[in-house]
Amino acid sequence: MVTFIVLAALAAAVFWFIGAYNKLIALKNQTVNAWKQIDVQLKRRHDLIPNLIETVKGAMNFERETLEAVVQARNQAMKATAAGDPQHVAGVAAAESVLTGALTRFMAVVEAYPDLKATGNVGQLQEELTSTENKISFARQLYNDTATEYNTKQEQFPWNLVVGWAKAQPAELWEITDGAERAVPKVDLGFGGKK
Amino acid sequence: MSFEEVNLFAQQAANRRKSRWIVAAFIAFFAWLGFGGDLIIWLARGEQGAFLPPGVLGILMTVFALGMVAYVRRTGAEKVLWSTGARRLDEPQTEQEQRFRNVAEEMAIAAGVPMPTLWIINDPDPNAFATGNEPAKSHVAVTSGLLTALDRDELQAVIGHEYGHIKNLDTKLMTFLAAAVGAVVLMRDGMGRAIRYGFGHGGGRRRKGGSGGGGGQVVIILLVIWLISWILAPLVIQALSLWVSRKREYLADAMSAQFTRNPLSLANALEKIHGSHLPTASIKAGVAHLCIDDPLGRKLDDRQGRWADAWATHPPMAMRIARLKAMGYQALKREGRLPAEA
Repeated sequence: MVTFIVLAALAAAVFWFIGAYNKLIALKNQTVNAWKQIDVQLKRRHDLIPNLIETVKGAMNFERETLEAVVQARNQAMKATAAGDPQHVAGVAAAESVLTGALTRFMAVVEAYPDLKATGNVGQLQEELTSTENKISFARQLYNDTATEYNTKQEQFPWNLVVGWAKAQPAELWEITDGAERAVPKVDLGFGGKK
Repeated sequence: MSFEEVNLFAQQAANRRKSRWIVAAFIAFFAWLGFGGDLIIWLARGEQGAFLPPGVLGILMTVFALGMVAYVRRTGAEKVLWSTGARRLDEPQTEQEQRFRNVAEEMAIAAGVPMPTLWIINDPDPNAFATGNEPAKSHVAVTSGLLTALDRDELQAVIGHEYGHIKNLDTKLMTFLAAAVGAVVLMRDGMGRAIRYGFGHGGGRRRKGGSGGGGGQVVIILLVIWLISWILAPLVIQALSLWVSRKREYLADAMSAQFTRNPLSLANALEKIHGSHLPTASIKAGVAHLCIDDPLGRKLDDRQGRWADAWATHPPMAMRIARLKAMGYQALKREGRLPAEA
């Protein structure tokens, strides 16, 4: 009888271990996948910018600086994303934040000149840009949610016993402080602290 | 930033469990409707002289009901869309349509669902619904009035609500329930005819073959219960599916808030949608439970009380808006940015 109970407990433990291991692997893949989602949207934004610049260049000679800031921020961001994976969250987050800031100032300038808004398809481009900005922030939200779940699981008992076997490592969150106005926003590297 | 997440994920899991129970309850009810008839025949006639082998009635009905569910699952979404005269949005022509498409793409990312097929219904009254059997092949339809009436954030919140239904598999459950109601109504009508025919021809013989005594009474009681079940079946199923539909509205509202992190936008959108008193002419009663607000413009949704609650497709709008505003207030308080007017 005692042997039977011990065996049953052992079997239950093994089953739980297999389940927990697989869950952690699934979460790891989900996190990587969520990161790729961000990547897709960031590339979309990078591709959109030359179009935008081309459309308004003629009418915006007087705002050279704003335009150049956007172009420069874009080049920096593209360099950062080229190396980007969940291990380089901080670098990508910083570069993209600068780009978001530059684009926000640029859109503010466009808003300030009604003539400019009427040129060509600026209105359309504006909608595209808004949408892309939203997509980036929603992709970031999805990534952070997934990564937080992954990180929390890793810290909780008894999940933490499986972490080594599953080669799970805490994923870095993409934290953002309402950084649109700041040139270099503070990037919080803490994870799992906020829940 | 994590917005009521833990609570929401627990609610979603509970929802799926409940869905399974509902489907199980339906199957049990169907089994009674089908195999109950076999049981009664078997009890009444014993081994000898049964004109049907035991179980055949039930098996026939099961096959019929399964066929019906399979058929509705395959064609249900198209039928619903066709009945509203919706047109598919492939290449956005106007800025409004482009905005709709963009917002739908944005929310697909936030919700983590595959991009659904988008449809526009030409109707000035703002309304929206989602349908489809699988999250991978779902449809979201909005009226042209919705696109005109709402601003970008509000439209986003409404689309988020519809994606909530898709993600919760509400659309799948609703398709199943619609098929169930259809199958029962069809079979009841068929049975009604068969019973009338049966009494005309075989009434005398049955009495001769009856076992009499206590057994006979049990058979008659069972028969009466069984017949009453058949008569009430569509009503029971309807009430059940309406109950499900109302519960799911609150959860879809909460999920929209989770996706957009902006519950106040949905509250505003609901106020606008509900504020337009026109009924949505292109949406028929059969689709009502799918919509974000009751398209028939019934006043039932505004009343509270047990009777009104049991037959409304949606919970009272005032309650939904109040819950969203409470969520919005909580979020603002946590982030320490309460608006000046609050």
